[in-house]
Amino acid sequence: MIAESDNLIIVPRRHFGRIIGAAVVCLALAAIVRAFAVGQIEWNYVAEFLTVQAIMTGLVNTIVMAILAMLLGIALGVVFAVMRLSANPVLSMTAVGYIWFFRAVPALLQLLLWFNLALVFPTIGIPGLFSFKTVEVMTPFVAALLGLGIQQGAFTAEVVRAGLLSVDNGQYEAAQTLGMTRLKLLRRIIMPQAMRVIVPPIGNEFIGMVKLTSLASVIQFAEILHSAQNIYYANSRVIELLIVAAIWYLVVVTVLSLIQGRIEAYYARGVAAPAQR
Amino acid sequence: MTDILTQTALSEVRTVDPDHLAGAPLVLAQKVEKQFGTLKVLKGIDLAIPKGEVLCIIGPSGSGKSTFLRCINQLERIDGGALWVSGERVGYHREGNKLYELDDAAIARQRRSIGMVFQRFNLFPHLTALQNIIEGPVQVLGEPAREATARALALLERVGLADKRDAYPSQLSGGQQQRVAIARSLAMRPELLLFDEPTSALDPELVSEVLKVMRDLAETGMTMICVTHELGFARDVGHRVAFMDQGQIVELGDPRSVLVDPKETRTKAFINAVRH
Repeated sequence: MIAESDNLIIVPRRHFGRIIGAAVVCLALAAIVRAFAVGQIEWNYVAEFLTVQAIMTGLVNTIVMAILAMLLGIALGVVFAVMRLSANPVLSMTAVGYIWFFRAVPALLQLLLWFNLALVFPTIGIPGLFSFKTVEVMTPFVAALLGLGIQQGAFTAEVVRAGLLSVDNGQYEAAQTLGMTRLKLLRRIIMPQAMRVIVPPIGNEFIGMVKLTSLASVIQFAEILHSAQNIYYANSRVIELLIVAAIWYLVVVTVLSLIQGRIEAYYARGVAAPAQR
Repeated sequence: MTDILTQTALSEVRTVDPDHLAGAPLVLAQKVEKQFGTLKVLKGIDLAIPKGEVLCIIGPSGSGKSTFLRCINQLERIDGGALWVSGERVGYHREGNKLYELDDAAIARQRRSIGMVFQRFNLFPHLTALQNIIEGPVQVLGEPAREATARALALLERVGLADKRDAYPSQLSGGQQQRVAIARSLAMRPELLLFDEPTSALDPELVSEVLKVMRDLAETGMTMICVTHELGFARDVGHRVAFMDQGQIVELGDPRSVLVDPKETRTKAFINAVRH
């Protein structure tokens, strides 16, 4: 047996694979940066158009549309999730049908359907009470809101349903025992707990919604991509204006991610913090 | 003040059941039956519980004791027989010889005066101990938050948890959670408290703190129905003990006669099995 001396030196293991990997990635990044630097991009145009009036209006429209469509989607999602869990087969099957249809048909196609609704129904309203010309009502804004919000509702309904199912049955019973009616029980006891499960995917979907609003450019809604396109049709600075739009999407999504983190922390109260991973 | 007025108005509006007699028991069960699918869980339960009584129900698992408890506050709907609480028919409204099913709001109103303590506590995890207790009074009874909070703090004091008012359930031990749950039921000023194996989910060393709160409560004259495996508690605190097996009350009487000197062989077998 060899006696161990106290002054042995530990030589850390060398991670050659990691070093090589990092080197390859750095090279690739450098190549990409160089490509953009020497590419045919007039960066001064990017800077010039970043805050131009039309782009700002487009940005505001994008944000407003994303928020309104998401609110519509959440409202519909909650209603249809509760319907889906109803004991009444008419209600639950209606919810199943809604989710099936609006989840299956592509969002772009739905936008086009709403925008062209006048081809099917020239006027809308309640017969005898009032009626409007569909063309006048179904502006790009309304068509985009309905198209995006209603398809979002189908996805949100499934998220909300999962959240409601995640709450322990004992919570329903405890709330019932206190004499709460069904609506109060859902609002005060079940939803706040379901939110912990619902918020992360909804945050994800909200971010998806911000980007989905770009589809509305197809039906002439003046969101940011549509504004960028209008400018480059005139000045032919295609890539520069697409970069402008991309920068704003990055900004909005970054801010939303930060807000999402805050909301998640709020609804996680009362639950032991998960171990740092 | 308004609270008291609403309460009086409510009790006056309550339709007196024709079957109701003066001095009737607080809980009356007649031939109560319940089945899940083809399985008969309750096979005709007859029971009368006077106001102020502590009734302990013991029996093997699957004997229907929890189900009977859950029928009293309509977490389960009975399939046969009838139940009355405070002279009011549970779940139905009688006119002539017709029984009309109660709607959601009426069922909720009937549940208000019946507190329930669950085996698994079922505290609301997103609310603090204090918020758990005032939730019912504020949201259901419409009590002002300040009044409810004052009462809740007194209740927390009473169950020995005055320092835990701002703790979330996840920060409390099982015994502490169950004591908050008892305080939450009491905050509704119930006429009747139902305990569904309140100590069965607790670590052994935490059982006594919950039983102590229940003992204190029994001394105040609260009407309690306790489904429990704690035979010592049943013997010391119960005014009567019922032994249930296979959906029936096999034996019912004062604690000593049922627990120490049972007449039925099934009761004897059960008590011996639990003791040893």
